[in-house]
Amino acid sequence: MTSIPMPEEGELATKPALDETNYLKAGYGLKSWLLTQDHKRIAIMYMIGIGIAFLLGGLFALAVRLELWTPTKTIVEAETYNKLFTLHGAIMTFLVLVPSIPAIIGNFVLPMMLGAKDVAFPKLNLLSFYLWLLGAIGFVVVLFAGDLDTGWTFYAPYSIRTQTAVALAATGAFILGFSSILTGLNFMVTIHKMRAKGMGWFRMPLLLWGLYATSVIQIVATPVIGITVGMLFLEKLFHIGFFDPNLGGDPVLFEHFFWFYSHPVVYVMILPAMGVISEIITAMSRRHIFGYRFIAFSSIAIALFGFLVWGHHMFVSGQSSLMSTIFSLLTFSVSIPSAIKVFNWLATMYKGSISLAPPMLYAMGFLFLFGIGGLTGLFLGTLSTDVHLHDTYFIVAHFHYTMMGSALIGLIGGLFFYWPKIFGKMYSNLLGTISFVLVFLGFNLTFIPQFLMGSMGMPRRYYNYPPEFQAYHQWSTVGSFVLALGLFTALWCFLHSLFWGEKAPDNPWGAVTLDWKTSSPPHHHNFDVVPPVTDPYDMDDVYWDEESKSFISRSQQAALEELAANASGTQEKNS
Amino acid sequence: MSQAIDTIHGAVDHHPHDSQVAHHFENAEQQFESAKLGMWVFLVTEILFFSGLFCVYAVYRSLHPEVFLYAHQWLDKGLGAINTIVLIVSSFTMAWAVRNAQLGQKKALMINLTLTLLCAATFMGIKAEEYSQKYEHGTTWGASFQPHPDAFGEVHGGEIKKEDMPRNTQIFFSIYFALTGLHGFHVLVGMGLILWLLIRAAKGQFGPQYFTPVDIVGLYWHLVDLIWIFLFPLLYLIH
Repeated sequence: MTSIPMPEEGELATKPALDETNYLKAGYGLKSWLLTQDHKRIAIMYMIGIGIAFLLGGLFALAVRLELWTPTKTIVEAETYNKLFTLHGAIMTFLVLVPSIPAIIGNFVLPMMLGAKDVAFPKLNLLSFYLWLLGAIGFVVVLFAGDLDTGWTFYAPYSIRTQTAVALAATGAFILGFSSILTGLNFMVTIHKMRAKGMGWFRMPLLLWGLYATSVIQIVATPVIGITVGMLFLEKLFHIGFFDPNLGGDPVLFEHFFWFYSHPVVYVMILPAMGVISEIITAMSRRHIFGYRFIAFSSIAIALFGFLVWGHHMFVSGQSSLMSTIFSLLTFSVSIPSAIKVFNWLATMYKGSISLAPPMLYAMGFLFLFGIGGLTGLFLGTLSTDVHLHDTYFIVAHFHYTMMGSALIGLIGGLFFYWPKIFGKMYSNLLGTISFVLVFLGFNLTFIPQFLMGSMGMPRRYYNYPPEFQAYHQWSTVGSFVLALGLFTALWCFLHSLFWGEKAPDNPWGAVTLDWKTSSPPHHHNFDVVPPVTDPYDMDDVYWDEESKSFISRSQQAALEELAANASGTQEKNS
Repeated sequence: MSQAIDTIHGAVDHHPHDSQVAHHFENAEQQFESAKLGMWVFLVTEILFFSGLFCVYAVYRSLHPEVFLYAHQWLDKGLGAINTIVLIVSSFTMAWAVRNAQLGQKKALMINLTLTLLCAATFMGIKAEEYSQKYEHGTTWGASFQPHPDAFGEVHGGEIKKEDMPRNTQIFFSIYFALTGLHGFHVLVGMGLILWLLIRAAKGQFGPQYFTPVDIVGLYWHLVDLIWIFLFPLLYLIH
């Protein structure tokens, strides 16, 4: 008799073909996916769902760009054009950007980074996904049944008067908000209560700090948009008049409510991307992160400042000039923690041994594009310049640099970084590099002309425009197609890897965080034995092993050897 | 290394589990604390959800104080006060129920949950009576606000004169129905949850080892009561 408990016979008999050491093989069939409570499988379902939404939103963007090829009608009528840009904005914000990194990458790596088996509430996690799906279906119904032409912002009083499906879209946004809240709640509790032994707050990888700050915003801001779209819904159905001037209501109040959520939510989009960038840059530069605590606290600072700046969306809405001045000052304060992060990343790369694999290319692209996005924000936060730039293509270009150029580039970089872990397959570096070059060039070609024409006064959302802007619009349209080509190349790179990729080693990049100290793809329960917690960026902990073509962690190896010695010791004693 | 893993695989990962502890938790304590923190965080989201409407209240009350002063006379302070007492009593029975669950007193737990449920039903009954009065008087929200001639004159011990009615009086009732409606919906959800607790309590599922659901539903119920305690003076007791 040994003291090691063996799996019971019944267990072996009922699950013969399942492989617990690979979560992708721990269950087969559609049901094992649709009803799964495994955070890793839920992440993959999100990946597929958000990928489809992204494709849809992207096609709308291309249609908008095509329409703007000529100063007059090109392919669609004006009403259709309004619906196209509205659906592009609504789908990209509510269905893609808000959930993207937390739901895909966060879901996959958060429990593993903590050394946990799952998030605190796995059923709630699955519910979040289905709420997302329900909200997405709501938007698809809007698309086919009623249409929407308010812009993604639903500004009153137009949203109250238009005959399009505002009530349905508001319901969809409400449900999506609930999904976002539950994800944030789940992550926050998991980070508080499920950290492995020895993992203090300052031993957490920086991605977790980013996700924690994101959770704070999701929990505090999202309920407010919930009640706001709820009020809009009541306005449409029962004419309660909170935002309707005919009934004594105040439309500007809607703008305040809307931006109280929608400004912080841009940090829901960017903070997790910043977390991913911290992980990629350290691993790919083979250097300890520079200024760990500064990066960690700057995430929290951004989340908190983010609540105090919503009025900068409303400089021309008639709010008092004192309020505008205060909001303008507070807006500049956000640039401090953002700049702290950028300088720390640059200092991390300094004298590092930088590998230019696709994740790092995207991370460096992020630094460049976020730099432009952040610095152009200063012109919009300044009262005197904002009066001229408000509602022009300048602001369109600015927020695309931060949302698409930073948040989504961060997501794609993160996918390239975690892909080997998620699916256990390597991809073609060449294809990944080509995709980056196309995305980067296409993106800048799309939006630099928009900065130029915006500063010359081209208003956003217009169907027609004076002929002198045509050249800028055409460059922008060409750029958008190059960008699309780059994104499809990235998609092809991923699909190619799934079918023909080489098997990935456990730790191809030499990252030190716990998620890389398990097999690729991970076990059903993430770890066989939870690895010892170390400094998450101590590059001396790992060394390159030529035989397994992987980095190996010294601390983990030592712990396993010790355990094995103890186990065999007990075995001998007992036999 | 993989051999090492095989050797220790069983020894480390397959520790015996309590049936009430989900596989991904280390122990019952971690599970309880996670559930409790989760509920507190959820309550934060609830407060912010209501705060949107409280904010609407603050904005319009500061813009149109005369509307609030005039329109609140239509609300029945007596019924509001009774409902406040009913909810405070229900909070007490709920707190007692949590104690019963912790001590494993099945019968007392079921009695206290039933009492809580009855209080909640009384509250909703009185609320329905108030709503139907408003409907009959035509004092409803926004565009539907058309006070009936009967609505004026002697109402709840005071006198409401039609000629004194300020502009935009409907705003008060929009806010009244939005706030009390949302609160009433939360009471209904709470009733569903308490009923669910009652069924589980009848099956004897709660005891000193496991009372998490009673505890966290209790937290939720206290918040619902607390919100009413703010709503009552804000809507009914205006000077």
